[in-house]
This record gives sequence, C-alpha cells and structure tokens, in this order.
Amino acid sequence: MNHPQEAAEFLKDAANAKWHDDTLWFVRDKRDKISKSVPEWEALRELASQIKDNVLANLETYLVEFEKNAKANNIHVHWAKDAAEHNQIVLDILNEHRCQAIVKSKSILTEECHLNPFLEKNGIEVVDTDLGERIVQFLNQPPSHIVLPAIHLKKMAISDVFHEKLQTEKGNDDPYYLTQAARKHLREKFLGAKVAITGVNFGVAETGEFVVCTNEGNADMGVHLADVHIACMGIEKIIPKREHLGVFLRLLARSATGQSITNYNSHFRSPSPGKEIHIILVDNGRTEQLGREKFRNSLKCIRCGACMNTCPIYRRSGGFSYGSTVPGPIGSVLSPGIDLKKHSSLPFASTLCGSCSDVCPVKINIHEQLYEWRQEITKAQGTNAKSISMSIANGIFAVPFAYKISAGMMRGALKILPDSITYSGLNTWGKQRDLPELPKESFKDWYKKNRK
Amino acid sequence: MSSRENILSKIISIPRDGKPLPETPDFSLKGDLVKLFTQSIQANKGEVVGEEGLADIIAQNNFKKILSLASQYEEFSNTELPADPHQLKDLDLAIIAGQFGVAENGAIWLTDENMGLRALPFITEHLVIVLEKKSLVANMHGAYKKIGLPHSGFGLFIAGPSKTADIEQSLVIGAHGAKSLRVVLV
Repeated sequence: MNHPQEAAEFLKDAANAKWHDDTLWFVRDKRDKISKSVPEWEALRELASQIKDNVLANLETYLVEFEKNAKANNIHVHWAKDAAEHNQIVLDILNEHRCQAIVKSKSILTEECHLNPFLEKNGIEVVDTDLGERIVQFLNQPPSHIVLPAIHLKKMAISDVFHEKLQTEKGNDDPYYLTQAARKHLREKFLGAKVAITGVNFGVAETGEFVVCTNEGNADMGVHLADVHIACMGIEKIIPKREHLGVFLRLLARSATGQSITNYNSHFRSPSPGKEIHIILVDNGRTEQLGREKFRNSLKCIRCGACMNTCPIYRRSGGFSYGSTVPGPIGSVLSPGIDLKKHSSLPFASTLCGSCSDVCPVKINIHEQLYEWRQEITKAQGTNAKSISMSIANGIFAVPFAYKISAGMMRGALKILPDSITYSGLNTWGKQRDLPELPKESFKDWYKKNRK
Repeated sequence: MSSRENILSKIISIPRDGKPLPETPDFSLKGDLVKLFTQSIQANKGEVVGEEGLADIIAQNNFKKILSLASQYEEFSNTELPADPHQLKDLDLAIIAGQFGVAENGAIWLTDENMGLRALPFITEHLVIVLEKKSLVANMHGAYKKIGLPHSGFGLFIAGPSKTADIEQSLVIGAHGAKSLRVVLV
C-alpha cells in the first residue's frame, strides 16, 4: 500500500475530490461551533486525557475489576489475544446457538479483525445494520471513515446499488426515500436474528457495564430482539468509573458530528431474563502499542473521527488511500504499529500542521507521533527521493552564507525554471503545487533601499 | 497460558509511571433549565409539548396500536405489554415515563422499569416520554451523580428520534428506531 499513489488516483477526479473535502469540512465546522458553546471544553479535554492516562497506567487492574463486576452481572467475559482468537470465539458462540445469520452494528474492532469474511467463509450471513455500513457492504467495500462509513459516496451511487439490491426506483436518489427502503429491509433482518453483535464505546470497571452510542438505534434494534448479544471491545476502551461517562459522552458526539450527544446511549449491565450477553476483550496489538512509550497515548483514542474531518490530507485523499482499518491521522499512528512495512507511507501522509492534535477530545499529540514514526521508518528504510531534496534544503538553511548565495540563484532560477524540472519525478513537493509569482525585487534589496 | 493471563502479564511487564485519577468537577450551566432542555430536544429533532399536547397528538394522528406504560396516561393504551418483544413490531405509539432529563443535551434517562421491554423505545413507530420539569439537571455530570451506582440491568440516555446522515450528510429522521420523539413536560 502506498498512500501517495492512492491519493493521486483519488485526486484524478478533481470535482469529486473538492466535494469530499467540502463535505468533511462541513462536519469539522459543526464540531467547532458546538465545542465553542461549551465554556469548559478545554477543561473537559484535559480531564478526559488525564482519565485515559490513569487507565493506561493501571490497565491490568481495571480490566480485572471490569471482568469481576461483569461476571457478577451474569455477563460472559472472554479474552482474545489476537484477531484469529476473537473471530473463533464469535464463531463458537454462534455454533453453540446454531445461528446462521447475525445482525451487526458498527464496530471498528470487528473490521480490524476481519470478522465478516471469516464468518461468511463459515457459512454465516452477516448483515451490517448501520445505514452507511450496509451501503458499503452492498458494494463490497470497507468503510472509508470510522464514523461516516459511506462519506465517499454520492447519493446516485447509493441509489444505483439500492435499485439493484433492494429494488428501489431507478434514479431516485432522495435520501429520505433511500433511508426508508433500508429501514424496511433491515427491519426484517432485526426481527429474524437470534444473535446480534455490537462494538463498545466505553467499558466501566466500577460497574462491569458497557456503553454503546448510536444515532440510528440499530445496535439496540439488534440486541433487544435477539437472544444473544456479543459485544467486541478493545482492552483500551475501559474507563474507571461510571461518573467518567459524563466527561466522555460530553466530548464524543460533539467531536464526532457536532451534536451535543448521540440520540441513543445504551448502558448494558446485565442481560434480560432468559437472554445472554457475551463480551470479548481483545488485545490484537494493543499491548505492543502500550509498550511503545512514544506511541502509548494513541491508545487513548475514543474513535470520534474528528482528526479525519479536520485533516487537509484525509479530506483531499479519501479514506481508502490509507489502506488501513482506521484511516486518517490517528490511523497513521496506530497502523504502523500493527504492520510497519505495509503502512510505512502513512506517517508521511500529513503536513504536520497539528490540526488533528488540536481537535482531539483526549488530547493525543497525533502530529508529534506521526513525526516520531517518520524517524523510526527512515531509520528502518533509509532515504527516499523526498528526503534527499529535503536534506539539501536543510544544508542550505543551516549555513547563512550558503543561503545568501543560493537565494540569489533561486531568484534567477524561479524565472527560468521550466516545469519539467520543477515537476520532475524527483521533486515530490512539486506535485499539486505551483511556484509563486516572483516579486520585482527581493526583500533584502527592498530593505536596503527603504531602511537606511 | 490462557489468553487472559497472556494479556494481563504482558501489560504488567510494561513499566509505566503512576498517573493520578483526576476529580471530576460539576461544572455549571447558566440559564433556565426548562428552556435549555427544550432547545436541546429541538436541536436533536425531537419536540417538547405541554400536558394538553399529548391528547392533541393522539387526536391528530391515526395511531392504531398504542401502549402506555406511563401511569397518568394509561387511558390511551389499547394493547398490553407482550412477553415477546417481536410482537411489538406493529406498535404505532409507546408512551413511557422518563426518570429525569439533562438540559445541556436533551438526554432522558430510562431503565428497565420504564421500558417494560428493552426493545420498546426503539421498535415503536413513534415515542412519547413523560417527564417532570422538576427532574431536570444541568449537565451530564449532574446526571451521573443523580444516577449513582444502583444496579440497572439496562439503562438508556435517549435524546431524540432515530436519525441518520449517512447519505451525503443529508439528515433523515427515522432510520431504524422511532420516527419521532415527543417529550411531555409536566
């Protein structure tokens, strides 16, 4: 996977790229407006960050406390060291209940574990029930964004696939009409499923409960009609106390979509009589990331997607260009930890502008970690074309005399530099960029004349 | 070694500095709670009505199957709570009592006792929640303080009708759950 190549592919359709950029900026703008309406916003971010620091410092204690309390509430607790074990646990539960078809609400963890293809290979029908996820599932695509899975698609593309799969009117791309068709289709699936799978937003050590947030109500439609609820949770999703939900629920939806809270925030503490709840606590590389001190606090992430919406690179390259389960800035910190070779181009898919860190509700220093990964990767891989031209520039800026001479040369060169050199393959920087219009005189010359 | 021990021992082997757990302040919210709560519900695409409003809603709509679990509005009920939630699939209107509301975001706290069946507030076509004005708290910190720690099998903060913006960020009300939420403030 190579981000620059994939991004270049995305940018070929300039009108679509502009639309994608604008759509995500719209979400970022909503986040800005609502966060500014909360006077204690910055205090909340700091609080959330400190709570998560405490969680990571005492993770083993909180996991054991969570397990003990969940078991006391009649919840079955499973532990999975990796994706394969997680998937097998899910399959075993399904087999035990002779279940051939499941409904599933949004869970980035199950995407990370590639649960759907595994279950399908084993003869299980998997229906994703979040509208955006159902759309991309129909198209055999992964989600392109962790909160807005179908954000890369125009409504006519959705109309076309619904016409094919749900027999909607050809050419009718009215969002209300299409949503109602999905509602009808998925209602049958909800009513027929014996097992429902969800992700987890927060697990509370103090009570052994877990919280799932949606706007559509699809997680609840699934689990309350099914006999068995399987919840898949990364071990870093734990928080110490119930009162901390107040802090995180205030931050999550405001950061994600600019709403004050998601419309449904479900607290699962024990099963209904005659029903079962299973929770699977999954490591899958998280303990390795915990062991990397520089990257440890990437595990604070609450998966709001704000860093994606604000990122100038994500907005202009699309989620698929990252080739990772979690795209965007935080994905570019998490993914190299999972597979450094496969994801080595991702930490470079950033301007290091720091906007991701500024909007992060748990104050992860995302851009600094991207810079750290670049150093790790460069050490591991040696130089590439961009770093050669950058090291020449570093040499020039480091020595004032060299800068003076070369500045004069550059002024001459800017006038005559043909595009073939500026935009050559060797100069990665020249892609998507134009050289500036040259002023008649240099600042130095102007200063000499005017400030004697 | 089981995966449980494997994961826990890996975590324990990682040296980490102690980090204290911060105190959560209450924070405050300026303004009239009823007004703020009403604005929040409206922003979430719900509606707030007075006591007389419920009768009007029922008179104006042709609801065939109505289930009321709110004691003061039992007269509107024309069906019983079934044993199996699947039998709620053609329910037009559910009327339930909420425990308290949160002014900053319109969230209303419900537990098993309010819902009868956990599927009820989701599967019903339309939802009415009856809430006392005096129950309102300012923000989520006050909300969790009020909830405390007693056991509730299932607890829900519901803040509006089912909605989605997954198709080109166009807001559509009525995705999978209730197509409307009306809050009767008494």
